[in-house]
Amino acid sequence: MTKFSVNDVEYEVDVDPQTPLLWVLRDRLQLTGTKYGCGAGLCGACTVHIDGEAHRSCQYPVGDLDGAAIKTIEGLGDADGLSILQQEWVTGQVAQCGYCQSGQLMQATALLAENPQPTDEDIDAAMSGNICRCGTYPRLRAAIHAAAQRMAG
Amino acid sequence: MALGKILRRGFLVGSAAIAGGVAFGTYRYVQPFDNPLKPGPGEVTLNPYVLIRTDGISIVTPRAEMGQGIHTTLAAMVAEELDVAWDQITAIHGPTAEAYLNAPVMALGLPYREYEQSRMRQMGVGAVRVAQKLALGIQLTGGSTSTIDGYEKMRRAGAAARLALIEAAGERWDLPPVSLNTEDGKVIDADGRSLTYQELAEDAALVPPAVDPPLREPAKWRYLGTPMPRLDMEPKITGQAEYATDVKAPEMLFASVMTTPFLGGTMLGLDASDANDVPGVVKTVGLGNGVAVVADTTWTAMRALEKLQVTWSAAPYAADTEAQFAEINRALEETSGTVMRDDGLADVVIRAAKTDRLSLLRARYSVPFLAHACMEPMTATALYQNDRLTIWCGTQVPTFARDKAAAHVGLDPSQVDIVTTFMGGGFGRRTETDFTTQAAQIARSCPDRPVRMTWTREHDMSRDFYRPAAMARLSGAIGAGRPEAIDMRIAAPSVFADQSERALGFAPPVADKLLVEGAFDQPYNLPNFRVIGHQADLRVPVGSWRSVGHSHNSFFLECFLDELADAAGLDPVEMRLKMLDGEHMPSARTVETVAAMANWGGEVAEGTGRGISFCHCFGSSVAQVVQVSDAGGRIAIDHIWCAVDVGLALDPRIVTAQVQSGVIYGLSAALFGEITFADGRVQQSNFHDYPALRIDECPPITVRLLQ
Repeated sequence: MTKFSVNDVEYEVDVDPQTPLLWVLRDRLQLTGTKYGCGAGLCGACTVHIDGEAHRSCQYPVGDLDGAAIKTIEGLGDADGLSILQQEWVTGQVAQCGYCQSGQLMQATALLAENPQPTDEDIDAAMSGNICRCGTYPRLRAAIHAAAQRMAG
Repeated sequence: MALGKILRRGFLVGSAAIAGGVAFGTYRYVQPFDNPLKPGPGEVTLNPYVLIRTDGISIVTPRAEMGQGIHTTLAAMVAEELDVAWDQITAIHGPTAEAYLNAPVMALGLPYREYEQSRMRQMGVGAVRVAQKLALGIQLTGGSTSTIDGYEKMRRAGAAARLALIEAAGERWDLPPVSLNTEDGKVIDADGRSLTYQELAEDAALVPPAVDPPLREPAKWRYLGTPMPRLDMEPKITGQAEYATDVKAPEMLFASVMTTPFLGGTMLGLDASDANDVPGVVKTVGLGNGVAVVADTTWTAMRALEKLQVTWSAAPYAADTEAQFAEINRALEETSGTVMRDDGLADVVIRAAKTDRLSLLRARYSVPFLAHACMEPMTATALYQNDRLTIWCGTQVPTFARDKAAAHVGLDPSQVDIVTTFMGGGFGRRTETDFTTQAAQIARSCPDRPVRMTWTREHDMSRDFYRPAAMARLSGAIGAGRPEAIDMRIAAPSVFADQSERALGFAPPVADKLLVEGAFDQPYNLPNFRVIGHQADLRVPVGSWRSVGHSHNSFFLECFLDELADAAGLDPVEMRLKMLDGEHMPSARTVETVAAMANWGGEVAEGTGRGISFCHCFGSSVAQVVQVSDAGGRIAIDHIWCAVDVGLALDPRIVTAQVQSGVIYGLSAALFGEITFADGRVQQSNFHDYPALRIDECPPITVRLLQ
């Protein structure tokens, strides 16, 4: 039995402790917003927050997460709706196929939490682990800058 | 599972009997084909594109939304004429039906130069006739045809529905329809009274639809020609968009598959005992050319696959890349090929080049196999229950997927429902039905339990239908100011033959246009121009990969033009303009425009270089300037400028996003993409050895749309 919270909801799961968090989220908790892309930490599609930091959920055995606080794309918005970053994603019409976007948003949210005014180089460094095959990069970069500007008030 | 509900509740009827909604459409465009709708007593069938529901309006957009934004643009066509507010509508894929066939796509395989407009029109009509004759009702998303196909019929569907609603209101109020107007989903009269479309829907469904409803003047458009908020944006940034393995249902099982790494081969022997012993494994399922493991989680299934002991038959193709290229080269050098363009006397002029004081140039190029590497690997969810099969899948070919699945599980196609979900990229990969058929086979062996099937990335990379490896040999003669002759030979495995064989069981004996497109059909005014295509029968599975033949032929021809320009000391922009001028002015304008955007001819820094390239494909002209520099022995892409003429850009922001997307997909291929074979197996497996362009490698891309 592993106990942890996802999006502020407590869960207790009974699976092989080696099962990566990704598959517990998708197959057991029905939180399918987190995506499988490579299973090897190469593409970032499965990015979630574990205790506030962005991590690849395909690389975390659930057994190591006892007591952890996990946040997924489903919990990214606040009670009023979309987060500022998500709102800028809409304004900039960032997504195309959308499959990598949960991971992109989780990664970008963590970046802004740590570095509220990232430069292009900071964005490159933080976001280069997240592949987008459609090529949403130019709009994604602009949306991160726009969100940073708004958050700075 | 909103669509499932609609299907059950009477999406296909359209009368007062419906609880969930009323469907409208125009009949005219489906006359050549059987009406897919099966009316019960007292029911009315129309060709459904518009579904008025108590809680809003759904527009059936029967083309696969794989990121290209087609749902938004097709919905805008209907909404424009229906006169509804943008926030009242949603877009849904709709069911599988011949009524949703794609007419222009039938013309893609025909060996004509598409930029010659009049011939294109005849060809379009001819293609539909051919389609009817062969009963090839292809509901296909591909070939850049969705907007062209939808432009008339989606607008007319909206217009016809609006007229029916007005007529229903007229009857209700006892007023002549001409005295009524519409606004944001309501019919209004001169006194300001209004009735919502919802209130009128059931009556309107009984009104015979107008056969040829008039359409709005483009000057009065409020949605078309304007960047519209994408209908799929919010679901995709909140994790709510449903892809094929996001389907939620009780009693779900999870599967992954391993088919033969020797592509096209079969399974000779299997020992699944170790896999079956993995805790959580429910069963293993033979697929003929491989095995599926069904388990309690996807991860268990994927892990158990590694424990399978399988003997495979040998690969039907040459075992390594070198031997494969030798075969392509043999096709190039030793087969006669098919002449696809023969203007003037290219070979004669080239032979006589020296005596005629022309510069003579020869070049050979080759490009590798490429994988699609969609962000979402191949996936599907399926349920077999009471002799019915439902497959939730991201497919570009729902009718093919249905028919292939039905045949594999012994059902009639009418017993199979395809629910098309969002897809995590397509790029042509989802025109294949291997994965949907596998899901059907797995579900058949697990009756009454829905099964989510997810391929591993490694499987997706190594069981693709690849962009063909290709070779080209070119000779050219150039005089003062412009090329006089180009003789071009292209050799590659045939996508057309391979796909036809999979779809129809045979390859029609017609010239393979896909093999030479992007070369023979370019609007270059060259006095002597010959293009010959050579099919290399390699047996490596090949398929549609974004832009298909253009992806290699444009590279071959444009590189060669640059080499010719260099040999003759000509400016490559000036030279291309001379060749396009008079032949196709929209194309010439793209070259002119992009040169101006990039300040072509201006100063660039030491160690920096620029190149220009042009292509006319799928009715659009595209010209690009790329600036690169030497970053310590590595090529850095500094900036890309792009001028595009798509004709009428119905959603300029979506078109721009698609152009940037194409540039980035192309850069990934050009900089990194290469699938190789050793001992019959694909050697690449994941994004570490088949890299995709990342954000830090993505240059600024400036796009200008010409109209």
